[in-house]
Amino acid sequence: MNKSVFLALTATLALAACGEYPQVVDYKPGNYQGKSDTRPWEGGQFAGNKQAWESALHARNQAQNEHKRIQ
Amino acid sequence: MARMKFLCDAERCIECNGCVTACKNEHELPWGVNRRRVVTINDGVPGEKSISVSCMHCSDAPCMAVCPTDCFYKTEEGVVLHNKDACIGCGYCFFACPFGAPQFPGGNSAFGLRGKMDKCTFCAGGPEDNGTKAEFDKYGRNRLSEGKLPACAEMCATKALLAGDAPVVSDIFRERVLRRGSTGDAAWGWTTAYGKPEQPAAKEEAK
Repeated sequence: MNKSVFLALTATLALAACGEYPQVVDYKPGNYQGKSDTRPWEGGQFAGNKQAWESALHARNQAQNEHKRIQ
Repeated sequence: MARMKFLCDAERCIECNGCVTACKNEHELPWGVNRRRVVTINDGVPGEKSISVSCMHCSDAPCMAVCPTDCFYKTEEGVVLHNKDACIGCGYCFFACPFGAPQFPGGNSAFGLRGKMDKCTFCAGGPEDNGTKAEFDKYGRNRLSEGKLPACAEMCATKALLAGDAPVVSDIFRERVLRRGSTGDAAWGWTTAYGKPEQPAAKEEAK
């Protein structure tokens, strides 16, 4: 009798944690499955000319620098 | 490859809300949605500072991490965008974002009339074809595909808000900080406005 009670208690204690799952969420970067986006230089006025798009954007970038724009 | 970023210079921002207005006008945003806001610290106190805040297009974006439908994606240019077709309007991205960038479109219901989150797109539209009406209706204008920078930064009167390729933007800001504090005829724009200082010899000749 004592032995069976002892075994039951041991089993209960030993297996107590088996049903638990981690409480802390494991954040992962999103894994996008939706439709793919077209690149900015594809279609429209640049028609796939990446170099032209980059130079246009570079010019706009530099236009923000008033030290280069005026003096 | 470019990494698109915003940078706001708190020393220059004058809280005019021109960026907010430019954004709202460019994308014809619905009532109640502001993709960009101007935040002022110590408002009304001498020395107050303002800064224009929107989606910062984080390198490690929390909104992407928490989205249950994984509707967020990052373009080659480092712009964080989301697919409204997959968005369920749960609002997790709103709670995860430290800048309060994703928002519910205004409306009577708790989750907005359209039930989709709305956020700054760096004027890069969304997964629809570039420059189409479908893209404009869902995400607003795609200025990046037109070779332009976001409307908020290009409209900024004091050029406090800079946008574009991160190394270029940081170079502009660095140069500005190094030259800031120059007084008298060393200040920016002095020679443009007042001309170069007259030479003593020229003065003598004038007499």
